[in-house]
Amino acid sequence: MIILQTEELTRRFRNILAVNRLTLSVEQGEVFGLLGPNGAGKSTAIKMLTTLLPPTSGTARVGGFDIHQDAAAVRRIFGYVPQALSADGSLTGRENLRVFARLYDIPRKEIESRLSAALELMGIADTADRLVATYSGGMIRRLEIAQATLHHPKLLFLDEPTIGLDPVARDAVWEHLAVLRKQFGITIFLTTHYMEEAEANCTRIAIMYKGVVAAIGTPSELIASVGKPDATLNDVFAYYAGDSLATGGTYKETAATRRAMRRLS
Amino acid sequence: MDFMAPGILAQSVLFIAIFSGITIIWERDLGIVFKFLASPTPRTALVLGKALSAGIRALSQVVIIYLLSWLLGVALDFSPLPLLGVCVLALIGAACFSTFSLIIACLVKTRERFMGIGQILTMPLFFASNAIYPIAIMPAWLRIVARVNPLTYEVDALRALMLQNGVHGFNVGFDFIVLALATIVLVIVAGLVYPRVAT
Ligand SMILES: Nc1ncnc2c1ncn2[C@@H]1O[C@H](COP(=O)(O)OP(=O)(O)O)[C@@H](O)[C@H]1O
Ligand SMILES: [Mg+2]
Repeated sequence: MIILQTEELTRRFRNILAVNRLTLSVEQGEVFGLLGPNGAGKSTAIKMLTTLLPPTSGTARVGGFDIHQDAAAVRRIFGYVPQALSADGSLTGRENLRVFARLYDIPRKEIESRLSAALELMGIADTADRLVATYSGGMIRRLEIAQATLHHPKLLFLDEPTIGLDPVARDAVWEHLAVLRKQFGITIFLTTHYMEEAEANCTRIAIMYKGVVAAIGTPSELIASVGKPDATLNDVFAYYAGDSLATGGTYKETAATRRAMRRLS
Repeated sequence: MDFMAPGILAQSVLFIAIFSGITIIWERDLGIVFKFLASPTPRTALVLGKALSAGIRALSQVVIIYLLSWLLGVALDFSPLPLLGVCVLALIGAACFSTFSLIIACLVKTRERFMGIGQILTMPLFFASNAIYPIAIMPAWLRIVARVNPLTYEVDALRALMLQNGVHGFNVGFDFIVLALATIVLVIVAGLVYPRVAT
């Protein structure tokens, strides 16, 4: 069953075509990755799909609802973790979750048990009653995933879920996402500029560059399509985008994440 | 002094409320506002939440101004019903101006521009009202501005309720209705412009 479908979805900022005629569809249960360097248009695409940003043209359906006409219905279907680490540092982890339980209309009687289950699932139950200001970046990210899945959404949007995290914290995020998938069969739509992560965790990948999706397929299909026996996703990227993913200036965004962490603490 | 005390209360409520919109810009910089707007909670409910929190913060101003006025010998009316009325007025007044502030914050989106515009707006809102001088002695053009300024109605009702024998221009019920209507209109407008903060 198709849970997300876009049709020529386009967004222009003055003279920049941030997302240019994006057409793709995602099946229920997939881990679909938008892979591309900084400025490719990944965040803009996610903001349109989460109803935060109106498209310039084109359409998309999430869970069968049109993102423009049925925006309110669409918002009940997904959970969303934006690119910037964002939690309230002056509240505890549990309190941060409680705010979202209210925003998502979770029945009062169920709230506390949902919070405990979500904290347990994301491996932050021990620190649930500590101020978020004392959390590491990886813990904040897992708290945000708990926030975004409290209402048991069918679909989870993750914008650069591991950006700025150290390798151990990144692995922990992926481990907990795997648990979430196993438990709820949740579909994940994520963006990333880390090729190894996309290759290891995604069922399908769309290669995005300068607003355009250049290729879509499973990691092995994409690698096979290059026609070199020992190709990597980096070669795939160079093949389709005519550029190296590594040269995309991701440093700036990593630095922004580090700044966000400092602000929180 | 008796004429000034209600004006000072209204002004301190205005001053706190008019800069409260900056919190939305912080939430934007932190990224939290994107999560709020991606949730199914109606935007007007998010706006009302902000307005209410500004209103509750304004109650502390009531306590402070009453204390100061009492020390200065202002002939305050301490009977329960007028006192309750003053609290409600401070609450609606703060809700009204904080929602106005929120609208501006959603449109300008950056701290610098917001602070600049906040400064520019506070003065005319304050001076083009009956907070310092009665409307009757104003030049005609200023009188028109004062007539559409919600602060005028807040001050007018405060004068009627705070003081033992306050002189006021309009019917207090009318003041409440104008203030409440202004707040409702602003909340609706804010609900419409709120999503812009995410773009
Ligand atoms: N609000 C905005 N106003 C103007 N330009 C924007 C805005 N948001 C994004 N852009 C531009 O659109 C392009 C894509 O940005 P973005 O979607 O953030 O890329 P990514 O998430 O892949 O790094 C960039 O050139 C960026 O500068
Ligand atoms: Mg991005």
